[in-house]
Amino acid sequence: MKANPEERVYSVFHSPFDPCPPKPYRTYVVPVNQFIVFQPPGLPQFSPAEALRHGTLWPALYSPYTSRKFKGE
Amino acid sequence: MTDGRPQAGDPKYYELLEQLQALDFVLVELNLYLDTHPDDLKSIEQFNKLTQERTILAKHFQELYGPLQNFGRAYSKYPFEWAQGPWPWQV
Amino acid sequence: MWVYEKKLQYPVRVSKCDPRMAKFLIEQYGGADGELAAALRYLNQRYTIPDKVIGLLNDIGTEEFAHLEMIAAMVFKLTKDATVEELEAAGLGAHYANHDNALYYENAAGVPWTASYIQAKGDPIADLYEDIAAEEKARATYQWLIDMTDDVDLQDSLKFLREREIIHSIRFREAVEIIKDDRATKKIF
Repeated sequence: MKANPEERVYSVFHSPFDPCPPKPYRTYVVPVNQFIVFQPPGLPQFSPAEALRHGTLWPALYSPYTSRKFKGE
Repeated sequence: MTDGRPQAGDPKYYELLEQLQALDFVLVELNLYLDTHPDDLKSIEQFNKLTQERTILAKHFQELYGPLQNFGRAYSKYPFEWAQGPWPWQV
Repeated sequence: MWVYEKKLQYPVRVSKCDPRMAKFLIEQYGGADGELAAALRYLNQRYTIPDKVIGLLNDIGTEEFAHLEMIAAMVFKLTKDATVEELEAAGLGAHYANHDNALYYENAAGVPWTASYIQAKGDPIADLYEDIAAEEKARATYQWLIDMTDDVDLQDSLKFLREREIIHSIRFREAVEIIKDDRATKKIF
């Protein structure tokens, strides 16, 4: 599985009294929109067919996401 | 097409539909972008050009598969085509 | 007025009969951060937002109805031919007792939709920040839904909807900048 550059990782405190087997780390996503204040004009575009499939016209605004089911999390 | 309605499993219907969905999607994207960038002339030109392409493709699609819009935004054959299925969530 | 267009915004494909997943997807139909709440929130706020961003609220609100229809199409397809036993096994027994196979504006736990999910404060900054938060919450919900299914076709449609939340969030942020700066009177680029 290719690493998702939008993914952040953190660990949590494990108590010896936690009943479930501890997970080594937790993750969350910081999508690309957090780094754009105002979209600049003239960004490169997807073709219409590609834009539909990605859910956006601009590759720079595309945020990938992989199901945790497929990542075994 | 016997009666201008999409037939189950007609690959051409799904292909044309997706072409139209793609063009219309770019128009939605550009429309929202232009709502906050009203001075971007290049994007307005692209918007107008795609609107023209969309009009041609939608006309072709409607000739084959019936009207896309209600309330007089598309012509009807006999009997009245609009209320005939299948509906978008059924195909 | 609105005119209906007889097509989905994005193709919805579901490759297995899975009423269990339909029960979870209902969160985005009639839940607090769902598509109905989003559409009604923006289309209601637009009456009192400054003129410069009315168009944006109008258009995003309208797009949300297309997303509501996509969620409905998923739920419809996932439950269409399910038997009573299958619905019961999927946790939809209580739903069946009240609604048969009909869709209903409720969340995944069966709580009916309520207007208290949405706010119209009349203050443009407060309203736009609510809208940005709503988009991020909906994005998170789509992530958890994508996590819960191994149906790649269903995941595909859900990923499209997730990306739309990200774009809407950018546009609402830009609306905040427009309100703050009165950008139209300034050279912006």
